[in-house]
Amino acid sequence: MTIFGPIGFAAPWLLAALLALPILWLILRAIPPAPIRRHFPGVALLLGLQDDEAVSDRTPWWLLLLRMLAVAAMIIGLAGPVLNPEDDAQAGDGPLLVVLDGSWAGAARWSRQMDALGSGLRRAGASGREVALLHLSDPEPAVFQAANAITTRLPGITPRAWQPGDVTDITAALPEGTFETVWFSDGLDYPARSDLLDVLEARGDVRVTQAVTDVVALTPAAYVDGQIELTAIRATPGDERGVTVLAQGRDPAGNATTLASANAVFATGGTTAQTALALPAELRARVTRFEVQAAKSAGAVTLVDDSLRRREVALIASREGREGLELLSPLHYLERALAPTADLLRGALMDVLPANPDVIVLADVATLSEGEAEAISDWVEQGGLLLRFAGPRIAASDISRVEEDPLMPVRLRSGGRSVGGAMSWGSPKTLAPFREGSPFFGLDLPQDVAISAQVMAQPDPTLAERVIAELSDGTPLVTRKRSGQGQIVLFHVTANAEWSSLPLSGLFVEMLERLAVSSASATPSAEDLDGTIWTPQVVMDGFGTLSDAGTRPGVAGPTLVSDPAGPNLLPGVYVSGDRSLARNVLTPDATLTPTEWPARIPVTGLITAPEQPLGGMLLALAIGLLLADVIASLALSGRLFGSVHGTRTAAILLAGLLALPAPQVQAQQAADAEIAAAAEVVLAHVLTGNRQIDEVAEAGLRGLSDTLFFRTSVEPATPIGVNLETDELAFFPILYWPITPDQPRPSSDAYAKLNDYLRSGGLILFDTRDGDITGFGASSPNGRKLQDLAAPLDIPALEQIPRDHVLTRTFYLLQDFPGRHIGGDVWVEAAPPGAEQIEGMPFRNLNDGVTPVVIGGNDWAAAWAVTPTGQALLPVGRGFGGERQRELAYRFGVNLIMHVLTGNYKSDQVHVPALLDRLGQ
Amino acid sequence: MTSPLALREKAETQAARLPALLARAEQLAGAVLLGDHGRRRAGMGDDFWQYRPAQLGDSRRMIDHRRSAMGDVQFVREREWQIAQSVMLWVDQGAAMRFASGDALPTKAERARVLGLAVAILLIRGGERVGLTGTRLPPRRGNPQILRLAEMFSEDAEDDYAPPEHRAMIPHARAVFISDFMGDIADVRTALTKAADRGVRGVLLHVLDPAEEAFPFRGRTVFQSMGGTIEHETLKASELKDRYLERLAARKAELQHLCSVAGWQYGLHHTETPAQAGLLWLWRALDGGAGRA
Repeated sequence: MTIFGPIGFAAPWLLAALLALPILWLILRAIPPAPIRRHFPGVALLLGLQDDEAVSDRTPWWLLLLRMLAVAAMIIGLAGPVLNPEDDAQAGDGPLLVVLDGSWAGAARWSRQMDALGSGLRRAGASGREVALLHLSDPEPAVFQAANAITTRLPGITPRAWQPGDVTDITAALPEGTFETVWFSDGLDYPARSDLLDVLEARGDVRVTQAVTDVVALTPAAYVDGQIELTAIRATPGDERGVTVLAQGRDPAGNATTLASANAVFATGGTTAQTALALPAELRARVTRFEVQAAKSAGAVTLVDDSLRRREVALIASREGREGLELLSPLHYLERALAPTADLLRGALMDVLPANPDVIVLADVATLSEGEAEAISDWVEQGGLLLRFAGPRIAASDISRVEEDPLMPVRLRSGGRSVGGAMSWGSPKTLAPFREGSPFFGLDLPQDVAISAQVMAQPDPTLAERVIAELSDGTPLVTRKRSGQGQIVLFHVTANAEWSSLPLSGLFVEMLERLAVSSASATPSAEDLDGTIWTPQVVMDGFGTLSDAGTRPGVAGPTLVSDPAGPNLLPGVYVSGDRSLARNVLTPDATLTPTEWPARIPVTGLITAPEQPLGGMLLALAIGLLLADVIASLALSGRLFGSVHGTRTAAILLAGLLALPAPQVQAQQAADAEIAAAAEVVLAHVLTGNRQIDEVAEAGLRGLSDTLFFRTSVEPATPIGVNLETDELAFFPILYWPITPDQPRPSSDAYAKLNDYLRSGGLILFDTRDGDITGFGASSPNGRKLQDLAAPLDIPALEQIPRDHVLTRTFYLLQDFPGRHIGGDVWVEAAPPGAEQIEGMPFRNLNDGVTPVVIGGNDWAAAWAVTPTGQALLPVGRGFGGERQRELAYRFGVNLIMHVLTGNYKSDQVHVPALLDRLGQ
Repeated sequence: MTSPLALREKAETQAARLPALLARAEQLAGAVLLGDHGRRRAGMGDDFWQYRPAQLGDSRRMIDHRRSAMGDVQFVREREWQIAQSVMLWVDQGAAMRFASGDALPTKAERARVLGLAVAILLIRGGERVGLTGTRLPPRRGNPQILRLAEMFSEDAEDDYAPPEHRAMIPHARAVFISDFMGDIADVRTALTKAADRGVRGVLLHVLDPAEEAFPFRGRTVFQSMGGTIEHETLKASELKDRYLERLAARKAELQHLCSVAGWQYGLHHTETPAQAGLLWLWRALDGGAGRA
């Protein structure tokens, strides 16, 4: 490549052709333009006239210049000019090894890294060097091959969601001989890097390309005191910088959305930024991952597992089966408090235990059978939370009296006590402020909570540490004991309002929530997972994109926790049984170390001015100039304008130029048609592809539109035939769909559109048009076709139109619905099963929506059809009776449109007296 | 090619806006054919002239009994002697006439035929006899003649430039020549001389296309006659313009001179102007401006 200033030429010798331009100038000047043949009667007068000069009109200088420029542009364009050519004089020769870190840390700048890599490969290819590629995160033996072969593989190279691991295999598999190395570094250090650098330096020069931007990552979310604590970390301490952490999850409709966000700020010189999110339990349970906004790397995403899901709470009470005493039920307030945030399990204790609930609530249950107690103990040992409430039965029993019951946090005194009652001294007690260390610490105390009775704890050496809430007189209200991984909590009052007003207060809910949250399973250790196999459910790539794990093999539990992520252990969500565990890129205590390259290694950034080939642009310019030359030549010779043929030429040229924006014009027309359809009430029919049927359908809707216009305040515009595949349906209140046996089945997209249309209040009138030969059903080809067409549609249960359906009285009082045929059944959405006719009322109260479909076979469009001049298109019946039938068909049409447009308005019982009067009852 | 019926319809449309035309009759032979030109003396005709007392030799059938009953003298009703003028048309059917310089313009032939037929319709409505020069269609009266004329006008000639037909001209008749007169001027001179010899007066309508007046050509051009028989190549058409226009002006002057010598009238019509203008000029020229009694 030869370089002149900022422009280089791939084939500079082609520029020699520019020398030929002056010769071309002379030749072009010498050749006169071709003559035009013209018919001209006045030629008789011309005979004998001689030209003054022997030389014809010369081509004007500016036209010549235009042609010269075109030729010059073509020559220069073919010479391969390049803007900002990359000077490869400094590049060495010999094989080149390209090393990519390829970890998640480089994902944010991956495309720029690939661009830089691509241009490096281009240069290497231009100078004929062999290239090998080594992807450290996903190592394969490096093989030297042509640069083009590597270039074709570039789009398939993606960053991995882990950092390079062991490099001994890589160093062993390095190609023989010496080579130059270009290392695309992600900017994060890892243990094996320096070893590899040493190995590579022994084989030749090493250059490093590394972006300067900082790497930001997110450590797994932690749940502390009901808040989700999120910690973002960065590799290099620098200026103050804020990042936004997004909580991603699914909204109630199941669509992925951002549920919450929080800002974390790196202090100047700091490498960690903390923030906390306090989310309602409902929202928290839907979070699937947290991510740093716009970070676009796997390290900036932390997945959420089990620990945020809704707890399962089993409620067990001693008294069951007493109806009518809900407010006295020991579980009533618990249910009300827990139902919004937890899944409640009801049933016998031994039935719910196998469901492995997170929490078991025993409300005033004093005695447990031996088997039950043992099962509960085991369950508590494994991490369950046993929540007990006192009550008259516990007070009266001997449980935990002499010796501490394993399932009680404290020993109890006999009988309990009652304060502030009619027969006792003192007033009801209030709560003392929660102490630091108590799970309830920080909750506000409402002043109106009063405790009038409680069971008393025996003073024991361990009592003080087990009390987590107490009354103003120092007696315990809530005590807690840890047992294995789980805990046992006792409320010394009842779960209902009998002994205290605590269950009536908001504090009760907050206390339950604190307890339930703090029962979250802690991050398991490797020993906990011994012997379990976890299968990946969702895995994450280097960009932080989640994808289905497919058929990836399971991972042993200890490996999942202890091993570093790698090709065999992808970050993602793993499940085992009902449990799920998130394996994130970073561990909670991870730190990021920036790469420190030795001073002898040249490090460059990614910023390069890309090479820009100019050849295509110049060739396009040459073609444009030649086009201008064509027009100018035509204009000069008088063929562009001024004669019949010339005008046509110009018209063709202009048409050619105008042909380009034609699609926009079409789009504009489509938009105009939609606006027209939306601006007025328009009846529409489905185009079946059968021309005759479509014409009758359109004529029918035209007749019905006219009838509506004359008789009602509905004034429809001209009906429209809609193509289900291409047209928008939302503008039409009703679709008339004539069935033909051979019409094509709509695509799945069209069905989705139709279902949307039906759900949003549209009505489809299916007409099998065969009411004269068959009843409703699959007994005719049209009926079978209808069943086939309607199968994917979201159609509710149907019934034959009842005599009190609102269609019978939306405008006219009708009892049958003839079209061109008479007496066929008409089917509409079935009335709800509960609808009963009230004595003395002629109609049931059916205030539901508009029926989404009306199905029949009376060929209504044929009865409605009129010619553009307003005459009936097809005969109906015979004589006057036939005209009456046509009139009734029109009335059915009017009723139908009224039903669509006004819904169940006529179902309103306000009009019943007037209607009764009209009906003569 | 224009069909006779379409041509007639166009011509009727043009003619409908003008009243019937009586060609100026300066000298009428005592032709046997009746017409509408009154001779101001008694003779054959339709219009009343005078009552005169019956004379000896009058047949009794000639006595007008209504007038005679008013007195004792018997009167004879005399009618005015009326004869018809003969008008002969010649419309150039040559190929040169089938030229139009633009899509919007009619060809010269079309315009010439419409004008010719329109003036024929007017004349026939005025009671004149209209025919073609030459022997193919002698002058006759009546509407069928219009259709025959239309059929004749619808025939195209093969030649580039057709010479004026001057045979079988009826003495003292009137003649209308419509052409672009691009052919040999000697033929026109011969025809007009012969017409003057026979006492035939008439009108010469020169129909030209605007391109023939403007010569809007440039660059290297090969000009061809419509039939392709004559070609002329030039390297610079724009250079020819002045000399062409000189020749055209000379041609017009020559025609005007011939007309004035032969007692004819010369008119120039361009196809881009409405046909009505040409027809109006023809009407005035044939009527002499005084024929509307």
